[in-house]
Amino acid sequence: MSLLTLVLLPFLAAPVAAWGSRFGRLHAAWIAGAFTALALALLAPLLPPVFGGETLVHSWAWIPSLGVTLAFRLDGLSMMFALLILVIGLLIILYARYYLNPRDCMGRFYAYLMLFMGSMLGVVLSENLIQMVVFWELTSLSSFLLISYWQHRAEGRQGARMALAITGGGGLALFGGVILLGHIVGSYQLSDVLAAGDIIRAHPLYLPTLLLILLGVFTKSAQFPFHFWLPHAMAAPTPVSAYLHSATMVKAGVFLLARLYPALSGSTEWFMLVSGAGLATLLLGAYTALFKHDLKGLLAYSTLSHLGLITLLFGLSTPLAAVAGVFHIINHATFKASLFMAAGIIDHEAGTRDMRRLNGLWKYMPHTALLAMVAAAAMAGVPLLNGFLSKEMFFAETVHVAQLTAVGWLLPALATLAGVFSVAYSLRFIHDVFFNGEPVDLPKTPHEPPRWMKVPVEVLVALCLMVGMLPAFTVAPLLAVAATGALQATPPQYSLALWHGFTPELGMSAVALTLGILVYIGRKPLFALHERTVGRLDARAVYNALQGALLHANSALIARIETGSLQRMALLTVLVAVAAGTVGFLGSNAPLTGTRAGLPLDAVSLLAALALIAAALGTAALHRQRLVALVLIGVVGLVVSLAFVKFSAPDLALTQLSVEVVTLVLLLLALHYLPQHSPPESSNARRLRDMALALAAGGGAAALTWAVLTRPYEHIAGYFLENSVPGGGGHNVVNVILVDFRGFDTLGEITVLGLAGLGIYALLKGLRLPLRRADERGVDWSSDAHPPIMATLSRLLLPLALLVSVYIFLRGHNMPGGGFIAGLITAVALILQYLANGIDWTRGRVPANAHPLIGSGLLIATLTGLGSWVFGYPFLTSTHGHLHWPLIGEFELASAMAFDLGVYLVVVGATLLILIHLGKLSRTALPHSAEGSRD
Amino acid sequence: MSHLTIAPLLLPLLAGVLILLLGERRLAAQRALSLAAVALSIPLALLLLSRAAQGEIAVYALGNWPAPFGIVLVADRLSAFMLTITALLSAFALAHAVRGDDRFGPHFHVLFQLQLFGLNGAFLTGDLFNLFVFFEVLLLASYGLVLHGGGRARTRAGLHYVVINLIGSTLFLFAVGALYGVLGTLNMADLAVKIATLPEAHTGVVRAAGLLLLVVFAIKAALLPLHMWLPGAYAGTSAGVAALFAIMTKVGAYSILRVYTLIFGADAVAGVQWLAEPWLLPLALATLALGVGGALASRALREQIAYLVLASAGTLLVGFGLFSVEGISAGLYYLAHSTFAAAALFLLADRIVLGRGAMADRYEAGPPLPHPRLIGGVFFALAVLIAGLPPLAGFFGKLALLQAALASPALVWIWAVVLIGGLLTVIALARSGSLLFYRAHGVPQAQANNPLGDELSRLAPIFGLLALGLLLVVEGEAVLNYTRATAEQLLVPAPYIEAVLHPVATQEARP
Repeated sequence: MSLLTLVLLPFLAAPVAAWGSRFGRLHAAWIAGAFTALALALLAPLLPPVFGGETLVHSWAWIPSLGVTLAFRLDGLSMMFALLILVIGLLIILYARYYLNPRDCMGRFYAYLMLFMGSMLGVVLSENLIQMVVFWELTSLSSFLLISYWQHRAEGRQGARMALAITGGGGLALFGGVILLGHIVGSYQLSDVLAAGDIIRAHPLYLPTLLLILLGVFTKSAQFPFHFWLPHAMAAPTPVSAYLHSATMVKAGVFLLARLYPALSGSTEWFMLVSGAGLATLLLGAYTALFKHDLKGLLAYSTLSHLGLITLLFGLSTPLAAVAGVFHIINHATFKASLFMAAGIIDHEAGTRDMRRLNGLWKYMPHTALLAMVAAAAMAGVPLLNGFLSKEMFFAETVHVAQLTAVGWLLPALATLAGVFSVAYSLRFIHDVFFNGEPVDLPKTPHEPPRWMKVPVEVLVALCLMVGMLPAFTVAPLLAVAATGALQATPPQYSLALWHGFTPELGMSAVALTLGILVYIGRKPLFALHERTVGRLDARAVYNALQGALLHANSALIARIETGSLQRMALLTVLVAVAAGTVGFLGSNAPLTGTRAGLPLDAVSLLAALALIAAALGTAALHRQRLVALVLIGVVGLVVSLAFVKFSAPDLALTQLSVEVVTLVLLLLALHYLPQHSPPESSNARRLRDMALALAAGGGAAALTWAVLTRPYEHIAGYFLENSVPGGGGHNVVNVILVDFRGFDTLGEITVLGLAGLGIYALLKGLRLPLRRADERGVDWSSDAHPPIMATLSRLLLPLALLVSVYIFLRGHNMPGGGFIAGLITAVALILQYLANGIDWTRGRVPANAHPLIGSGLLIATLTGLGSWVFGYPFLTSTHGHLHWPLIGEFELASAMAFDLGVYLVVVGATLLILIHLGKLSRTALPHSAEGSRD
Repeated sequence: MSHLTIAPLLLPLLAGVLILLLGERRLAAQRALSLAAVALSIPLALLLLSRAAQGEIAVYALGNWPAPFGIVLVADRLSAFMLTITALLSAFALAHAVRGDDRFGPHFHVLFQLQLFGLNGAFLTGDLFNLFVFFEVLLLASYGLVLHGGGRARTRAGLHYVVINLIGSTLFLFAVGALYGVLGTLNMADLAVKIATLPEAHTGVVRAAGLLLLVVFAIKAALLPLHMWLPGAYAGTSAGVAALFAIMTKVGAYSILRVYTLIFGADAVAGVQWLAEPWLLPLALATLALGVGGALASRALREQIAYLVLASAGTLLVGFGLFSVEGISAGLYYLAHSTFAAAALFLLADRIVLGRGAMADRYEAGPPLPHPRLIGGVFFALAVLIAGLPPLAGFFGKLALLQAALASPALVWIWAVVLIGGLLTVIALARSGSLLFYRAHGVPQAQANNPLGDELSRLAPIFGLLALGLLLVVEGEAVLNYTRATAEQLLVPAPYIEAVLHPVATQEARP
């Protein structure tokens, strides 16, 4: 339990700190400190067993089917990291409390810091690799928040976004690598993975796995060529830099190198990639650091260089090199954290970090200066300090490896070169800042910081000294157990003594020190040379240019694809449909034409078909004259209903006819508000293209129809014919299908109809269009809106029409007819009233609100369906029987008729709703006086 | 025969009708009824889910007509899963809409409920033509909702949406007509039986019809290159509607999964077997890539979210496109996650738009938002969620997907697109987030200066959706077990066909 609690504590602290800061500026710091101390206290009892060589694993099932468990592991390596994270974290908390100024929001800072601390603890304590990736990405996210803490500064925002893009992207690569690793091993548990090194290295997927994982490592640890995000992350407040770039964020990468060392190392690929990247970063960082004028910039590149050193050590793949790597992780964390904090103090008290202005601070802040100088000496690898010890081990290992390979002498030489620069920039840090004359034009007069702000630096510097002078009594046990954890084996014999006699590494150290001092003395010409050459190269500029170019190209591409043009959407849709049909058909060897014999062709059918074709072509050709086109569409509808008649489907013919009428009237009403002619908008080429596509689509539809119609028809309709009377109680099979067999479809369709009405109502409501009094040539339209003859006749017709619709409705179940057709007939009759008598007249006599009609129709249909529940049957089960009505006689009644009534009401309601609101569009638009004016 | 199966259909239908009968002016009563119906639909869906989880395939014969003659509703694991997602999503979308979105036009609640009627019907029906009908119901309702509130941009995008879907409906009819003409049946299980013994002479027509159907579903699922209606329509409409529409692309995905595993799946004869397989995966990958590209190129937040919806549709279809148990299971998990995530983002975008006044959600430095830390924090969480970063559900969905892809010959492609797409999504969201939240200046909008408690209550639906995302992580094993079993059920259609065509309970006698 306690490992889980340990990791969760900082996450718990984050909201508490954010909340606590509402009550006082310093509350957040106290809360963060208390939680961190508590975490250390929880860790303490676990230390003895780990020092005793145990590996603690706590795990709980989480998503076993994906191989994800909630599992934590405490061995030497993870313990060392956990201690670094918590101890340095505690010091940072103390330091930041003094560093942040009153305008900075403390709650937010400490909340982010705690999130980050928890994520880091999660990374180093994870036993399950997927879980480690989870925390890994969380460190990227929380570091984004920390780096962009000063949101008002552009460099903060940009630096944070760059860090997120690089490290987050690396995290995704790591994600992939871990999945591959788990795939190879069959488990994501570290215990299994670490034991399966030989299987992994022999697997064909080893190289991709390695590449993906190393991408994660290199991005996180800012290894060349992904190093450039780190200097820009310096825009963060200094406590953040001190934490992220000494003990945590960037160390996550090298942690993973150490963690997976037993599983992945030992191959040529590992050696080339890891030591290659490490060496490049080591040199690049050390060289560039010398030329940075910004204090934090210098430290940033020095961090790069030291991370390169550690990476190089792990790349060398000898157990001793790995021990040296682990040792340097500890040493670098201590001296670099103290240096960043010292730089922060200087910045805080002097108001600038520019080393060209910061000079001679020794006089103003001797205490801080002393601390910074000791730490910088450790960074340079001066004897008696901890940096010296691990650097000696590093030099020794380069010499050792040099003996094994052909061009080996190069490695020690380059390592020494890096050492030279490292001495030079450390010297510059000390000499430029604390000596070298007087300060230049500082915004503030520098002085010593508050007492407690220096305490964290003092603690760390003391550690540097103690480890440097008495390694065997201080760091030795920790290093031993951490190295064992990294190697998963007992490390080879090594000695932490200060003096090993006159060894090659001692010579290299001496050369580095001497040459480093010389380089610093001769820095002026070097600076000038650098400014003219390498200094002009800016990785960020390259990154920004690359990113800008990519974004620009992407935007241009998207703009080309996503034009938002409806014509193009329609074109593509039809094109894809034609292609799908064609590809589908051609994908098999089946013939287009089936085996069924055709019906004999008669003259009338031929004529009707020709009329249909002519009308369809005419509609397309004359589509700009909207009224004419509409009339021609009417011809199409008419021929289709004739076809229904020919093939003995009077119901369908009736429906088609009445639908035609209603649609036509509604379309005419809509046309009223549109220009009569649409102007030509397409070029000839485009029209040609569209014509070709239309032909292809039409041809495709015809081919599909042909293929279907020429095939023998074996269908389920026989069942409908047999069951219509006994089961459905009706002789009109079409109607029984509509209201019974497939009544549920009809329920859906009347809902659709109702929705269409409501949708159009919603669209038109509130819309006001100017009333047109003349056509576009200026010819007045007839002012005789309601010719008396028509008005009179239509009024006479109404009762008749209603009677007909009742008749059609009632006989529907047995003869052609039914609710749908009856509804349409009623609607047509009512439309006629509107046309002939005008809206005012009609509205006074017909309820203007059609909503209840739709609603009650749907309700009746639904309730009819529900009625069958009472009798224990499924929804919409019908029943029928014979009633003897006085005067009328025997009468067949089916429950489906109630359903049909619902259909009737919805049809009438929806049609009326649309009609009334189309008609009303311009009614309220113009006041009466404005009539007659031409628009 | 338990009526539970049809209850998720009748509930929104009755609610919609009753709201319509209430009349336009009684908004308070409309809201109450609408909320009650949505609230009730959640336990119903969960009940169905728990039954389906036992492996039961519930068949409900409408009108007591046996399949394949009558229409049947079939509640298997997949249907119950989709119903549950819809019910949960609709509750939060509606909770947001009743805070004001529903005022801007008439009949919001009628359209909303009937939209749910259409959605649930599409998920439940076992009949291809009935699926068409429910497509029409949900489309007609969505036409109304998309245009809800009016305005130039919204009407334009809405019109595009309507026209493209009308073409889609026409194609659907062609395809269904051709299948019925050759196979003589509309019941999906019966179609599967017929296609299992299809004579070779008919394979050409059936293949053509089958691929036409794929085009129709691809329009709904916004699969490249038929996706173009989506960004405008989603970005333009009101927040509550956009949130509900998060499930709309999933209807297309659902239909693809259903039809191309049941009818054109394992049991189909050679030539029409796995008909969608060669097309789905590459198109899904292209859709994912385009979605990410669009999110990067976007100039306003809602546009970006719309493209992220596209990307997530692509991602889940990659899973479906593998046509393996692991792939479908991962796709379903991702479907649930991305639905909730996209909805939450649309709801949040609404708060941002209101808070920024005239700047709306464009990426320009504008006035600071009210409660910047609260809204910024929620945005951060949602960005992490939709980008598929840990520790939220998107990450585990991608994990499942990447694992599933290990067995595919297209492994490299899938991994490259999903992983790089993930990175670019992060970059896109970091850009929009930092532009919207960090580069603020001036004074906050006066009218948006509401007290914290009020803002929290307005954000409540987002927190709810976020909680669902967390539930998917915490209960990941349970969810993935369910989706895996669902995938297994889909890939072995025999029990489904058996349950539909030969129900165990003997047919009740007709009254």
